[in-house]
Amino acid sequence: MQNILQEIGIENYIFLSALLFCVGVFGVLFRRNTIIMFMSIEIMLNAVNLLFVAFSTYHQDAQGQVFVFFSMAVAAAEVAVGLAILVSIFRNLSSIDIDNLKNLKG
Amino acid sequence: MSLLVLFYIMSAVTLGTAFMTIISKNTIHSAIYLVICFFSIAIHYLMFNAQFLAIVHIIVYSGAIMVLFLFTIMLMNLNKEDEPHKPFLTKLAATISFCLLAFVLVAAFIKAQPEISEYDNFGEDFQSIKVLGKVLLNEYMVPFEFASVLLLVSMIGAVLLSKKEKTV
Amino acid sequence: METSLILVLLLAPFLGFLFNVFFGKAVGKSVSGIVGTLSVVVSFAVTLYFFLQVNQTGKPISVSLFDWISFRDFNVNFGILLDQLSLLWLLFVTGIGSLIHLYSIGYMHDDENMHKFFAYLNLFIFFMVTLVTGSNLLVMFIGWEGVGLCSYLLIGFWYKNTEYNNAAKKAFIMNRIGDLGFLIGIFIIASLYTTLDYGQLKELIVGGTNGGNTYWIGAACLALFIGACGKSAQIPLYTWLPDAMAGPTPVSALIHAATMVTAGIFMITRMNFLFDLAPQIQNIIAIVGAVTALVAATIGLVQNDIKKVLAYSTVSQLGLMFLALGLGAYEIAVFHVITHAFFKACLFLGSGSVIHALHGEQDMRKMGGLKKVMKITFVTFLISSLAISGIPPFSGFFSKDEILMTAFHSNIALWGIASLASIMTAFYMFRLLYLTFFKNFRGTEEQKHHLHESPGLITFPLIVLAILATVGGAISLPGNSWLNGYLEPVFTKVSHEAHHFGNTEYMLMGIAVIGGLIGIGIAYMKYIKQSQVPGEDSEITGFSKVLYNKYYVDEVYDFLFVKPLNALSRFFRDTIEPALSSLVYGFGRTANYIGTSGKTLQNGSIGFYLFGFVLGVAAILTYLFLAQ
Repeated sequence: MQNILQEIGIENYIFLSALLFCVGVFGVLFRRNTIIMFMSIEIMLNAVNLLFVAFSTYHQDAQGQVFVFFSMAVAAAEVAVGLAILVSIFRNLSSIDIDNLKNLKG
Repeated sequence: MSLLVLFYIMSAVTLGTAFMTIISKNTIHSAIYLVICFFSIAIHYLMFNAQFLAIVHIIVYSGAIMVLFLFTIMLMNLNKEDEPHKPFLTKLAATISFCLLAFVLVAAFIKAQPEISEYDNFGEDFQSIKVLGKVLLNEYMVPFEFASVLLLVSMIGAVLLSKKEKTV
Repeated sequence: METSLILVLLLAPFLGFLFNVFFGKAVGKSVSGIVGTLSVVVSFAVTLYFFLQVNQTGKPISVSLFDWISFRDFNVNFGILLDQLSLLWLLFVTGIGSLIHLYSIGYMHDDENMHKFFAYLNLFIFFMVTLVTGSNLLVMFIGWEGVGLCSYLLIGFWYKNTEYNNAAKKAFIMNRIGDLGFLIGIFIIASLYTTLDYGQLKELIVGGTNGGNTYWIGAACLALFIGACGKSAQIPLYTWLPDAMAGPTPVSALIHAATMVTAGIFMITRMNFLFDLAPQIQNIIAIVGAVTALVAATIGLVQNDIKKVLAYSTVSQLGLMFLALGLGAYEIAVFHVITHAFFKACLFLGSGSVIHALHGEQDMRKMGGLKKVMKITFVTFLISSLAISGIPPFSGFFSKDEILMTAFHSNIALWGIASLASIMTAFYMFRLLYLTFFKNFRGTEEQKHHLHESPGLITFPLIVLAILATVGGAISLPGNSWLNGYLEPVFTKVSHEAHHFGNTEYMLMGIAVIGGLIGIGIAYMKYIKQSQVPGEDSEITGFSKVLYNKYYVDEVYDFLFVKPLNALSRFFRDTIEPALSSLVYGFGRTANYIGTSGKTLQNGSIGFYLFGFVLGVAAILTYLFLAQ
């Protein structure tokens, strides 16, 4: 099977992944809606997963993909728990605006 | 050549939908955009010939995680909410951090100037599901088991956290 | 056996102190007084035993209780040396001490803190015994400091009066100034000879080592003499002694007449072999002693407080003793110490009896005519006054006469000064006697009704001391001196050949006696024949005023030393201390400021925290990848 990287080259994937990550960061800081912030975190995770797979092909090694497995498992678990927390917050405050959660100030 | 074009199209879709996720005012729209983003990433995986991973990606992310998101959004009835405007300082901070981080990451890579001459192509199968299964269950046995424990724990945690308090 | 007896000697007063401190209040006045007195009597009994033993065998007893300091070749152990000199001193310290304890039971009976008084007195005896029996300079210094402390405690015994406290502080501080000299002397000796033990020092010095170090030996002797000045109230460190009369009369009698003030003389006598090597310092000692004797006598001429007269008399007599020391006549100085202890203690106790009868009145201008009412006090007082004026056959005559004779043979000027001082002594002592006991009573009617002789506890010591003052001269009669023979092993030089009694000596004796009689006669003319009574304070003018105000020495000291020190303290308090404390406080304020401004970072908004995350990650990445 042909190594796709011979056609596309690894730099492109690196740039893509970096840009996707930065978009995720932008999303976390830009929106106040907690749901959108979670989605941006998922975008960031996915960017990293993409890079892992690219490098797994680069090294012709399966270990990169195995790591992606685990990353996905963790992402799933994290989403479950995070959304549960979100629901509790919503029950208490009737809003998911993140600027309302300022009580832990020094 | 065609692969390169495909790559560019798919990258555009990925980046565009990711951006739209953030920009969109309607939460449901954001979720849908995100689903499309995940699909495009799955196609990227397919281009790598990582078939198993692509399918698993679709199942887990688009199938489970986004559904969870959509459920929660609907639970909280967030379709047409109007968000108060964020102060300008925050928007500025977000933009600055985005540009900064992008710049740093790209610059770091460019400065590294890796010598990539030849891409290996052993021709042997390293990522089919058979090999993957072998690697997963031989070398990564312990993390595998722990992952199951992790999922169990998060399930219990999620249930506990979202329990309604019993009204006295 | 001997060690345990020595421990009894040393610790009996200390146990009395502890008993009175812890149980004195509970057991009541009589018991605490009796316990206090008994502890000193026990010491006296042990002293007597050792005295008889050493007198017979002639060999001193030396015991080392424990090793104290030892490094390289410098060793100091806590040792006790009971030789002829220390036993003699102990005899009259514990003997007169017991008498005064007995006296205090009667005198301090009305005081609510009597147990504290006896505690302090016992502590004083303990330290004095340590001072006298120590076998090296450092143990003596322990006792030296301790008696200074007890002097402070006892002078300020009636602590509710600020003036008494000031007097106590003055005594202590002046003592400390002298102690600095003493310490410097000890240091010099330690560095010269690497030992402080008397026996070893005597061997080294008499053996002739360090022959070329006369400069340092002179410095050590001078420093030790300054220490003695502080403790024995010589010029310039004498002003504390008259102020120390603020303490109760038994304290004045014990500490400031008979025992503590003689510590300086004891120290110099102990180190006689060292002082013999520094003749210039001995000259200085003699001159200082003579001048002090004269100056104090002149001040005493016009004082109106009965105890102040006696205080200046003590300073004057101490000056005579130092004169004797300076002339190298150590055993004569010791003789005068002993006789002076007898008659001065008797005088002080007698004055205490008078003050007790008059319920605290101390001004002689308000006394008079007491001889009809207080017969025993009068007779003992008369005997002691005759003794101090140098009238034969009382003890004072013999001792003072020896001093004058020795002075005559060395330096006529010193003899002249000492004789003048003796004439003045006779005058003011009899002035005191006449004003207090003769003529008519000048006090209030109320006091007159309550006049009575003091009880037995007070008059018994007076009688004993008067008897001793009468016969005490027998221990060193001219030509046949038991004392000189007894003390001979202590001294290295035969300081002066026994006077062969020729015409000069008899003539001098005659001159001295006539001088004393002249003094008594002038006092008689003024105060009996002319019935003069000293005027009120405002009426004193001219040179008398200078004398009455003690030559304004206190004011001079105040101006030269006290005020600058106070100004320095004020400077530190107002300038340096706020600066330092604001420096320290500034640290706190800075930390506080940093904390408060750092607190704004924790504003609770998650967006801000995430922004911080991103910045941090960017920074780390920049550092790792771009900055290398």
